[in-house]
Parts: sequence; C-alpha cells; structure tokens
Amino acid sequence: MKNSQETSLDIISEEKITSETLIEIKNLKKSFGRLEVLKDISLKLRNGENLIVLGKSGSGKSVLIKCIVRLLNPDGGTINLLGKNVVSLKGAALSEVRKKIGFLFQSGALYDSMTVKQNLEFPLRRIKRNLNEQEIDNKVKEVLDNVGLADVLDKMPSQLSGGMRKRISLARSIILDPVIMLYDEPTTGLDPVTSDEISELINSIQKKYKTSSIIITHDIACVRITADRIIMLHEGYVYAEGKLSEFEKSDDPLIMSFFK
Amino acid sequence: MKKLKIIDLKKAQSIATTRSIKLSENTLDQKERANGFLEEVGDMSLFIKQIFKETFSRNFEFKEFLRQCYEIGNKSLPLIIITGTIMGLVLTIQSRPAMAKFGAVTMLPGMVAVSIIREIGPIITALICAGKIGSGMGAELGSMKVTEQIDAMEVSATNPIRYLVVTRVLAATLMLPILVLFADAFGFLGSWIGVNIKGDVSLVLYIFQAFGSVDFLDFFPALIKTFLFGAVIGIVGCYKGFTAGRGTESVGKAANEAVVLSSLLIIIVDMIAVQITDMWL
Repeated sequence: MKNSQETSLDIISEEKITSETLIEIKNLKKSFGRLEVLKDISLKLRNGENLIVLGKSGSGKSVLIKCIVRLLNPDGGTINLLGKNVVSLKGAALSEVRKKIGFLFQSGALYDSMTVKQNLEFPLRRIKRNLNEQEIDNKVKEVLDNVGLADVLDKMPSQLSGGMRKRISLARSIILDPVIMLYDEPTTGLDPVTSDEISELINSIQKKYKTSSIIITHDIACVRITADRIIMLHEGYVYAEGKLSEFEKSDDPLIMSFFK
Repeated sequence: MKKLKIIDLKKAQSIATTRSIKLSENTLDQKERANGFLEEVGDMSLFIKQIFKETFSRNFEFKEFLRQCYEIGNKSLPLIIITGTIMGLVLTIQSRPAMAKFGAVTMLPGMVAVSIIREIGPIITALICAGKIGSGMGAELGSMKVTEQIDAMEVSATNPIRYLVVTRVLAATLMLPILVLFADAFGFLGSWIGVNIKGDVSLVLYIFQAFGSVDFLDFFPALIKTFLFGAVIGIVGCYKGFTAGRGTESVGKAANEAVVLSSLLIIIVDMIAVQITDMWL
C-alpha cells in the first residue's frame, strides 16, 4: 500500500501515457473561493480496470470526476484523457473526447420531460446522426436488455423507482459505446439488495463493453464487488492507493474507519 | 480633572474605534453588494454573448425550437385572450364617463385602439408572459440544473445553451409579438362589448372608427418593442434557471427572480422605446 501522496506521485511522474493508460491526472488543483478541495491529485486509470475513488463526504471525489469531463475547470494540473489534455480543450475537440465517456450521475439525471425511450434516444440522435429509426430502436432495446429493464420504454422517469432510474441512467450512459465510464456514487440512496445489483451491473458492463471505470463511492459493499484498485482521497490529496486486500489489512485509522 | 480627561479620551477613542469598525463593515458590505451586482451584470453579458454565438452556429435545434414555440405560444393563448378581452372592456368602461363629459363618446373606439396598440396591449401581454413563461423557464431550467440534467446533457456532447437556451429565447422572441396581436384583437372585441353596454355600435362601424385613428406609425414601433420584450423574458428566464444554486430552494428563487427582473427590464425597455419613438416619429 502506498500510504502517502508522494509515493503515488512518484509512480505517475516516471511513466508516460501508453495505450494501457486511459486517464492520467497530474497535480490537479481545484478551489471554490478560499476552500481548496483538490490540493494536489495525481492518478491514472489503466485499460480495463475498475478504479475506486474512496473518501469521506466533501473530500472532493465528485469534484475530481467533474474536472475529468470539464464540467468544472481545474485551477491547475493536467488531465490526459485518451492522449489529449482535456484542460486545454474547447468546443468541438472537447465534445469529441466527451463522446468516449459515459457518466452516471449520483441523481441519475434523467430528463424529466422525456419518456425513458426519449431519454435513451437523446444522445444517439445527436451524436450518431447517420442511424436510421430501426437502428436506433435496436440500440435502445440492446442497452435496456443489458441493464435488465425491457418494458419501461414509455414510462416517465417520475414513474420509476430509484433502482430503475439508476439502471436507465446507466443504459443511457452506455448507449454511445463509451471507452471510459465514470460513476458518481452509483449506489447512494439505494437499499442494500439494489445496491449490490447495481454493483454487479457495473461489472457486467465492464466485461460486455470492455470499459475502464472510475467509480466514486463510499459504499464498501460496492467497493468489494467492483474494485480492481482503490485510491483514497483525504484533505485534497491522494491519501492511499492499493488493492482491496491491502486496504482491508491496513491498520491506518482512517482506512480502518471505512473497512471495519 | 486630569484623570477625568484621560477617561473621556479613552471613551472617545473607544467610541471612535467602534464607529470606524462599523463604518468599515458597512463599506465592506456595500463593496460586496456592488461586486455582486457587477458580477451579475458581467455574467449575464457573457450569457447573452454565448446565446448569440450559438444562435448562428451549425446544427440549430429546429425541432426543439418548434416545441418551445408551441409551449410558449399555444399554451399562453387562452390566458392572453381572456386578459386582452377584459383589458379592452375595462378600458372602455372606465374611459366612457370622461369622454362623455367632453361629448366625445364617438371618439372612444379610436382612443381605446391607440391605447391598446401603442402601449397597453404590448405591456400587459409582456408582463403576463414574464409571469407565465419567465417563471416557467426559470423553474424548469433551475430544476434541471439542480438535478444535474444540464450537466448530463453537456457530458453527452450536447451543447445545453444551444439546445435549451437558444430555442427558448428565439421562441419567446417570435411568439410574443404574435401573442400581442391576439391580445390587441381581443382587446378590440372587449372594447366593442364595452361600447355596446351603453350604446349601439355595430362591429363593422366600431372597427372603422377604431382603425380610423390608427396608422402604421402607431403599429410598427409597438411591434418592434414586443420582439425585445420576448427576448428579455427568454434571456432572463433562462439565465436565472441556468445560474440557479444547489437545492430545491434555489428553483423557487430562480423562478421568482426571473419574473421580478424580466418585469423590471420590460418596463425599462418600454420606457426607452417610447423615448426613441417620440424622438424619431
């Protein structure tokens, strides 16, 4: 286990981006007014892995993935995503990179005014304009089957349960066949059974779509099901990095407070 | 005596210090308020710049624009028709005694027509739309912002300004003049009913009398300013929704601020438009 930000920083600074590294973040900083949320974050996401970003509420986990897709602009550092520094990208170039990323929001973020079908079609009709109606229908059916919901096409998001909303939201984020998936607290607000189902779904999507994922969570059950590697954020720094077994064996009080 | 003087001096020093602290706190408050106001003006200017940029970009969301035209135009129509009719009726009934004093009751249709076309029709319609459309936009976009729907749109490589804002602003700009025309027409109908409460004038004669007093120069500036009213409602409604804070409370706040600010700006735009019309025509 790397028990300080220095250790993980050393690893990252020695290596260049290869096809095995999909995201490489170096010295990321983000403040809101006087509040420094991310002080110096460096990490990398390797091809095919599920990277868990663990941390207390307010530790900057969500800020981190929002910086990756540039929903928030970082104050400093670089984010190399699929070989491009997204910090300096604008307009069409940024959109091109975003097309390769699926983002599952904490709230699901389904469009309230649209049916489930319209929600799923929305990214397809805008990004893949050459698809005909039949191809769009097939794609919608495929992603719905993959999340285990086939008969909710004409329902409005308000008619769905929390778990169903998460599944539909997940279906929408994979409909463009992303290379990288970013999950923002995928199991928050769900009961333990549904949480486990969503965690299993994350694994099955990783296998089926061959995605690499960053999963923001503080749900240890989700961590146990999905984690290939874990990074813990604390007070704006990467506090620890390692495998699940290493975290579980740790005698560090902060880590133990999560895994006890 | 010396001791007393020293005590007085200390008291005076303490009072002066307290006052100067209060003064500096007040100054800081005022500075923060001024900064907040200037930031808001700056943010809104940037927002308008983005709207213009996206309006003339490729991939205009025509289908969403038509949907917004329907939402804004068709769904506001019943309210505008009722308000317009009552506006004409009340204006006629209220003006009749004053006109009767001068024996000018026959001029009533012409006077009401000029009032409705030049001022009352556009301003009443705009203020009603500020309440209905502006608050709707503020609340809808504010709610989308709070529930991360706007972020979801942005992440899926759809420009939310182009899809959500440009369509709404253009629809409001285009629909408001049409709604004003309906309000004017039903205002005339209400006025005709008002004239006939104590008189007997046919609809054809009423229209002849009304339009006999109105010329193109009454109609044209009023029409131009209604486009501006529509743009103000759209821009302010979308801006307030887009810049809503976190939590459900901010949705209500965004809707409320959209109505208040757009109503105020409509009155200011109207005042400027009247001054310009007065100078040039």
